Amino acid sequence: MENNTIIKTDNLVKRFPIGGGHFTALEDINLELNTGEFAGLVGPSGSGKTTMLNILGSLDNPSEGDANVLNTSIKSIGARRASQLRKKHIGFIFQTFNLMPVYTVFENVEFPLLLLKMSAAERRKAVLDALEWVGLTDKIKSKPKQLSGGESQRVAIARAMVKKPELVLADEPTANLDAENSHNILRTMEKLNEELNTTFLFATHDDKVIKYLKRIIYLEDGKVVRDEQVKK
Amino acid sequence: MLSIKLAIKNLLGAGLRTFLNVFILSVAFVVIIMQNGFIQGWNKQAKVDVVEWQYGQGQYWHENYDPYDPFTFQDAHATIPEKLNAARQEGTVAPILVTQATVYPEGRLKSIVLKGIDPHQKTISIPTEKLVREGEDVPAILGSRMAMNIKANVGDYLLVRWRDANGMFDAKELKITGLFRTDVPTVDLGQVWIALEELQQMTGLDNEATMIVIKDQSHAEMDLASWEFQDLDELLYDMNQMIKSKSVGNAIMYLILLALALLAIFDTQVLSIFRRQKEIGTFIAMGMTRRQVIGVFTVEGTMHAVLSLIVGAIWGIPLLLQLKKTGLPMPEGYDQFGLPLGDSIIPAYSLGLVLISVVIVTVTTAIVSYLPARKITKMNPNDAIRGKIQ
Repeated sequence: MENNTIIKTDNLVKRFPIGGGHFTALEDINLELNTGEFAGLVGPSGSGKTTMLNILGSLDNPSEGDANVLNTSIKSIGARRASQLRKKHIGFIFQTFNLMPVYTVFENVEFPLLLLKMSAAERRKAVLDALEWVGLTDKIKSKPKQLSGGESQRVAIARAMVKKPELVLADEPTANLDAENSHNILRTMEKLNEELNTTFLFATHDDKVIKYLKRIIYLEDGKVVRDEQVKK
Repeated sequence: MLSIKLAIKNLLGAGLRTFLNVFILSVAFVVIIMQNGFIQGWNKQAKVDVVEWQYGQGQYWHENYDPYDPFTFQDAHATIPEKLNAARQEGTVAPILVTQATVYPEGRLKSIVLKGIDPHQKTISIPTEKLVREGEDVPAILGSRMAMNIKANVGDYLLVRWRDANGMFDAKELKITGLFRTDVPTVDLGQVWIALEELQQMTGLDNEATMIVIKDQSHAEMDLASWEFQDLDELLYDMNQMIKSKSVGNAIMYLILLALALLAIFDTQVLSIFRRQKEIGTFIAMGMTRRQVIGVFTVEGTMHAVLSLIVGAIWGIPLLLQLKKTGLPMPEGYDQFGLPLGDSIIPAYSLGLVLISVVIVTVTTAIVSYLPARKITKMNPNDAIRGKIQ
């Protein structure tokens, strides 16, 4: 694996048991992503995008082959190391935002830093920086139910970015947003990608997202059918 | 620390649901302490009362005497041992002669136990000074329950019939010179007290007694022919057995109360784990281990117990202290229960009782919080993140 390679998969296969047989969600995937890429797994529902993201995020294991993320083999990773990998190096953004309803915006963004056992002063600075990146410094005391969908997703981005991870995995981040909010959060992520050199990998079939991607990996029935760099 | 911090945030965030659970648990907690306090208070009071009014520091019984078999009374008497004469003069031992008799209040017939006791005794609390004869009439005293049952008052005459040592019937009128109020029904119900010498003369059992109550341990365990010493352990055996059986009933109530409160917490935890599966999935995605997540939920559940201690202390301590001051008044007719009960029961709280209750409530809350939280280990985080687990 080259030094700036952040993700590398080797003949990655994922099967799920169904009835007496199994369903192949991913089949012989060979991919390489470099640090700082702004890439997306694009394809229709059931093409294996989310499964791929879950394996790369060490939330699931491959059935065959392997995925190497930040020099860590996902196939042989244990639960403890997987949680360390996610805690320190990977940020997640979900379609449904998944903010903690009883926490304020500040507390939601602060949460990953609590897991890293940072001091209160360091946490406060990092959270305020992250909220500034997404333009939500005026909402730090708000609860998720007081936010619009766009604002909620921006909080989710801030939460994913606050620990400055090397890799952010975003699963359909605009699926619950209108066009304007989608563009806003994509511009935010694009800016963070450029300024912090964070690698972003999306799972999407939303054209609005696709327009922003610099690399598009098309999946169909669990196979990579096309992988293209986009010239802007 | 992180678990506690998150648990507090989640509990505060859950608002009314948390308050209701905490309040219910605090009610269970205070009621458990209160109930135990009353039981302990009652036990303590009952033991003190029976010692003061009936048992003294032990009793010598005639070898034939069985308090539960009135047919033994006829043969259960012997001369009062000379060794106890000095103490008898001081009033620190009280010989009692017991015989079966019948009284005829208002023309009715009622079987009683006629007891003769030294009017100058200082061993038990019965006001025997009212048995000192001042005229022709034979003075008698009754407990208030007995007086109520036979509708007798001070100054009334009571016809009594008994058998003497030879089995001959005789009868006499006794004058009621005093009534006494006691929490110990076994010196009251169905009993008439007269002076020992009067009864000895009436029965022809001069200088004889059925039992001898002692005031201090210096007269205990003496080797006296025909007399068997009953120490307090033996005398209180029945009461201790009753306390034991009360404790079992009490423990059942205790368990029911606790189970109701814990069921509410268990239910909340189960509901929480399914309702908050997205949160659990997100915790795991952000790098928490499953064990940490289980820890958060277990601590969160257990915090209910901690908060309930605080809430319980806020409203429970003033209530428990007030009850300690005023006691719990007994209902009308309580004195006919046949149990040594006062007008009110004063609860007795002990640090041990409170600590045991705290530990039991906290540990059981932790267990019922942990049990549903274990389900988290079986969750697929991908499904949990999407809220797909049914």
